[in-house]
Amino acid sequence: MQPPPTASAGFLVYRHRLVTRLWHWINAVTVFVMLMSGLMIFNAHPRLYWGQYGANFDTPWLEIGSTADTGYLSIGNVAIPTTGVLGYWTSKDGDIQHWAFPGWATIPSGYSLSSARRWHLSFAWILALGIIGYWTASLVNGHIRRDLLPKPDELAPRHIWHDIKSHARLRFPTGTAALRYNILQKIAYVGVLFGLLPIIILTGLTMSPAMDAAWPWLLQLFGGRASARSIHFIAAMLILAFILVHLLMVLLAGPFNEIRSMITGRYRVPLDRES
Amino acid sequence: MITRRTLIAASGGLLVAGCDKLDSSPAFRRTLRLGEKLSFRAQRLISDRAALAPEFRPEQRSPIFRANGTRLPAGEAYAAHAANGFADWRLVIDGLVARPLSMSMAAIRSMPHRSQITRHDCVEGWSAIGKWTGVPLKLLLDHAGVRPAARYAVFLCADGFGATPYYESIDLIDALHPQTILAWALNDALLPIPNGAPLRLRVERMLGYKHAKYLERIELVDRLDGLAGGRGGYWEDKSDYEWYAGI
Repeated sequence: MQPPPTASAGFLVYRHRLVTRLWHWINAVTVFVMLMSGLMIFNAHPRLYWGQYGANFDTPWLEIGSTADTGYLSIGNVAIPTTGVLGYWTSKDGDIQHWAFPGWATIPSGYSLSSARRWHLSFAWILALGIIGYWTASLVNGHIRRDLLPKPDELAPRHIWHDIKSHARLRFPTGTAALRYNILQKIAYVGVLFGLLPIIILTGLTMSPAMDAAWPWLLQLFGGRASARSIHFIAAMLILAFILVHLLMVLLAGPFNEIRSMITGRYRVPLDRES
Repeated sequence: MITRRTLIAASGGLLVAGCDKLDSSPAFRRTLRLGEKLSFRAQRLISDRAALAPEFRPEQRSPIFRANGTRLPAGEAYAAHAANGFADWRLVIDGLVARPLSMSMAAIRSMPHRSQITRHDCVEGWSAIGKWTGVPLKLLLDHAGVRPAARYAVFLCADGFGATPYYESIDLIDALHPQTILAWALNDALLPIPNGAPLRLRVERMLGYKHAKYLERIELVDRLDGLAGGRGGYWEDKSDYEWYAGI
């Protein structure tokens, strides 16, 4: 996304490389399948623990449960009523269900651990091979160094604070400034690309008994299988939060231009605001 | 009126409906199952045949070891064995072996044994750590003399879901693994009934449903498609779980 020298407001510029666009749309599908099938897998045992082990007799730090006529999410000692959404909800056919996550949020929509595992563990390959491919390509073509890694001056607290303020006022960059990722975008993208995605893949592998035999350091890295499962879930929720903010930003910044740039690669440079 | 909210809800609904529809197609399920084959090959590729599952210190054990699946096999025959302290229980090893065996629990318990404190991982996501003691399966298979044609060990159990007795199978790489034992004790006490008394399989690099309980017979076979539904295990046949349960 290096802006050509002639790029100016109102012009179409080539912004996203093919590798980026391809990976984006593969992930758009893959991440949703992973999230939704993951929620179904969670439904099989809707409790999270810290440490090497955790089962029904042990104390969870998070649990989605139900009573006869309510649903709740409890985190530590705090119980949040979630009747209608989590733990107690009505299916499409009008039946009361007590599974943790409701049918509209899971793949498949009706309870099936084996089917959810099949979706999850197959698409996990697409996710993992995709990120390895994208890392390699972006390292080779300079995308990481040039566009994604923050420059030292961008990391100055004053600069970050300035960006937070303009984001809060929904004043997005215009002209050629809009062609570079701002510091908040860079932090978010680098955090997902080199933080959340590797963490979610490695914690996923830590839950595999065969992987723990092959790579015992996984358990040391995450402090046990039950901890890895908890971190896996937290990382998934953070990725969901990233996606929601990402979609909101696309809507606010002009969905047509943004989506076109991710399909064709071409982006129209926003005009300067009249001020 | 179509609002953005209903549009998002509708597209979410379409995605779920689409996945449900794909899921009902056997061809699509077969395609998705390529992931299982890939995981199987990849895990076998990167791990040594004898790579050991992590073992833990005694104080790292779960305070209470959760029992799952059958907790008490139905039927008078099992009840009589239990009342009798399993003194007449026999384990048969047959199929593709040179010398079929039929062993009493006393004979099995007098064989060399191995103790290991390992983590039991249920496919549902919970885990529990306990100390298992039992005879390495390799010792028994060596006694029986596995024929070269044999590729899998099939475990036939006394517990049943309805009319079907539980069954499972593993390949010989896992069957001969040093931590693969037929356990007769849990946490230094004779194996409790909910955990599979008098004898259960421990195959430590696999999820819990492979660890067949209430073992009566081990049959060595060259292929699995002749066994019940043909996918190698009770849950594999009944609910479409993966035969390879390393992940």
